[in-house]
Amino acid sequence: MPGADKETDLTERIEAFLADLKRGGSGTGPLRGSGEMARETTYLLRRITAQARWSSAGDLMEIIRNEGRRMTAAQPSETTVGNMVRRVLKIIREEYARSRGSSEETEQQESLHKLLTAGELSEETFREHFVHLKANVIEAINELLTELDGTTDNIAMQALEHIHSNEVIMTVGRSRTVEAFLKDAARKRKFHVIVAECAPFCQGHEMATGLSKVGIETTVIADAAIFAVMSRVNKVIIGTQTVLANGGLRAVNGTHSVALAARHHSTPLIICAPMFKLSPQVFTTCSLSLNDVNSCFPVLKILSKVNVHCPVFDYVPPELITLFISNIGGNAPSYIYRLMSELYHPEDHKL
Amino acid sequence: MADCGEPDGPGNKDDITRSKNEGKELTKEEKQRLRKQKKHQKKQKERKNEKGPSETEKDKTPVSLLPPPQPVATQKAPSALPAPASAPIPVPASAPFHSSPAPSPADKPAKSKAELKAERRARQETDRAAKQPGSSSSGIKTKVPLSELNPVVKRLPEHVQVDDPAVVKRLAKKLERQQIPLRSDYGYKVSLFSHLHQYSRKAPLTQLLSIPSTVIHPSIVRLGLQYSQGIVAGSNARSVALLHAFKQVIRDYTTPPNEELSRDLVNKLKPYISFLNQCRPLSASMGNAIKYIKKEISNIPSQCKEEEAKTKLLTCIDRYIEEKIVLAAKAISKYAIEKISDGDVILVYGYSSLVNNILCEAFEKSRKFRVIVVDSRPRLEGREALRRLVQRGISCTYVLISALSYILPEVSKVFLGAHALLANGYVMSRVGTSQIALVARTYNVPVLVCCETYKFCERVQTDSFVSNELDDPDDLMVTRKGKTQLENWQDVSSLGLLNLVYDVTPPDFVDLVITDLGMIPCTSVPVVLRVKNLDQ
Repeated sequence: MPGADKETDLTERIEAFLADLKRGGSGTGPLRGSGEMARETTYLLRRITAQARWSSAGDLMEIIRNEGRRMTAAQPSETTVGNMVRRVLKIIREEYARSRGSSEETEQQESLHKLLTAGELSEETFREHFVHLKANVIEAINELLTELDGTTDNIAMQALEHIHSNEVIMTVGRSRTVEAFLKDAARKRKFHVIVAECAPFCQGHEMATGLSKVGIETTVIADAAIFAVMSRVNKVIIGTQTVLANGGLRAVNGTHSVALAARHHSTPLIICAPMFKLSPQVFTTCSLSLNDVNSCFPVLKILSKVNVHCPVFDYVPPELITLFISNIGGNAPSYIYRLMSELYHPEDHKL
Repeated sequence: MADCGEPDGPGNKDDITRSKNEGKELTKEEKQRLRKQKKHQKKQKERKNEKGPSETEKDKTPVSLLPPPQPVATQKAPSALPAPASAPIPVPASAPFHSSPAPSPADKPAKSKAELKAERRARQETDRAAKQPGSSSSGIKTKVPLSELNPVVKRLPEHVQVDDPAVVKRLAKKLERQQIPLRSDYGYKVSLFSHLHQYSRKAPLTQLLSIPSTVIHPSIVRLGLQYSQGIVAGSNARSVALLHAFKQVIRDYTTPPNEELSRDLVNKLKPYISFLNQCRPLSASMGNAIKYIKKEISNIPSQCKEEEAKTKLLTCIDRYIEEKIVLAAKAISKYAIEKISDGDVILVYGYSSLVNNILCEAFEKSRKFRVIVVDSRPRLEGREALRRLVQRGISCTYVLISALSYILPEVSKVFLGAHALLANGYVMSRVGTSQIALVARTYNVPVLVCCETYKFCERVQTDSFVSNELDDPDDLMVTRKGKTQLENWQDVSSLGLLNLVYDVTPPDFVDLVITDLGMIPCTSVPVVLRVKNLDQ
């Protein structure tokens, strides 16, 4: 029976994905970049749309919301999963609205108007059945996938607008987006890069080897030397794990110190982050598991008598950030909330 | 980094003019040697006072020989080296030593030929050096008579002029003369720091020394090795180890005949200081200690017997250690404990012997507090601090410096140690200190720096680039999960590793400096320096 097979197949895949997420660990190393995570999630959601049984948009949204809740519960620090779920929900809403015939403008009215007319619009139940809804939704999800595929290239294309020759650029840890960004600029310009290694996992080393292979003058420094060398740095370009709704960041440990040092020396802080990292969540901290702590500090025999803290992420407030470079162009941190309202529907903020 | 650690050439003897009047029977060889040493010494004195010169007449001795203790093996240095050493920073207080007379004679008629030759060579050197660019101040010798001029511009120490080939050459020659091997730089140096040395720990200087070393005292060799391998680290530890080694040197010292202890011993110490400098650049505290010792030695009156002089010096050194380090630590603890209240959460960085001392004493006085130890790669000195605090029973937390923003909201005070306090109020300390001070300032946490007055230094500096120390770059390599990313960094031409040792913290990040003289703001450092100079 093909129907049942599809169902079991689907459930299997979802379970496999969840298990993967749980095992993935939080920032212990680039086992999977966020881009890959986003793509996998979207594939899975497309599969759910195609294979699950649903009759109306409301059903589909319910299914996706449930799965989304399970996925984010499996790995709370991996925010791209939740972001993709919200994107797909927004896609479903839009397609539904389009099928229904109501113009899209009503959906995108000024938020102030929405506030005043709040009661009426939330009566949508999404119960109507449309024949082509499935096809439309799947098509829209495919568009989303194309967008995801091109994010790194889109960001890298903007590199030459931001890097001039003989600059000294500082970066922290390892970010695939920033690596692509710098490599693209290196094709035409000569500049120096200082990489802070980002203990305890020292991902900066990988970044440095990657950059130096294409001939960029790279220097690796210890985290402690960040303020010391900041006075000679022209720009700080970093990646992030998540962009928060207020324009702040949830980035790898040590980024806040870099941001403060950059502000002290009035050095611009530029964040290269694709739009799928934008998340309506609040900042939650996250620590390494005990195993990872033990592997990082093996010689500390008195660990039992001492508290050891190993936070994985840092919160960087939006005042310290100069510019966001994303696949849709450059934006100031004060504009992020608006971009977010275009990507996600307010009701989906809490899955 | 040391103020006066650099030696002149050997032979800080008298003016030839004075000694011409005294006659004595010496072998021709010895007379020649003594003559040359005196000439060299005279030239050294004149060079020190050159900073308001009008004439640029040269008076170099062509060959400077080894100091007297090896009369049998008088190795006239095979190459006719021009005498000048690398630039020492002249110490105004030390100018008086040169004026004391010495009974070293010279025979007038016998030296005519050699003297003519010497003067001819000196003239050649004048011309050659006059054409040399870049080493402007240090190349000019004057005949300004000994005056107590305080030079306005101090000469740059050699170790921050590595990018100047003339200076490097001069250092090499000086070291050759002193029979100390020259340590070669290692690895690709980041362009911002090409003016500094970068050595590898795997190639210690002592490998190039012969055994037994005839020039350098064995306790100094051991000390140099301990410095270069990082076994003795931390400015207090290094100074104390240095002073103990010098005590041993003094104990083993015997004045050679026809020499004065006050002058000869200072000359003996110069190659040792060069050697230690090659092993690891001298710290500001070591520089001040050396200045003190040299002053004490030179102040020994000439009629003092050797044994008496030696015991006097040994007690001086002991007193210095006792006063400036041990008692100062007690005084600082007393002041600092007033600043620690019950329920405090204190953040410390790395391992500072003074700060550890303060915390242990405060704990003994039953203050209730807990400590957060911040540590950083690659040295990971915080582990030592952690170990000692936990041993005492203080409750501690350990984080790496990247977790600073995470942990700072809990902290009530930050205690930092210092390597040196500069005259413009900047604090030179282990790299990472400025970062801690910056983030603490952002979270409005008070930052207290603890520093003894003997670490106060007359230099000024505004950034961490101009004068710093580069540690072995291989330390940055690390193996995680069985892979060493930077394993072959030498092969990649565009990759460099930078392992800085010190950085400077601006005074606006520091709220208070606790010294043995009391609690002062950062900007009062030059006041203290002035007071100290007047005392001395």
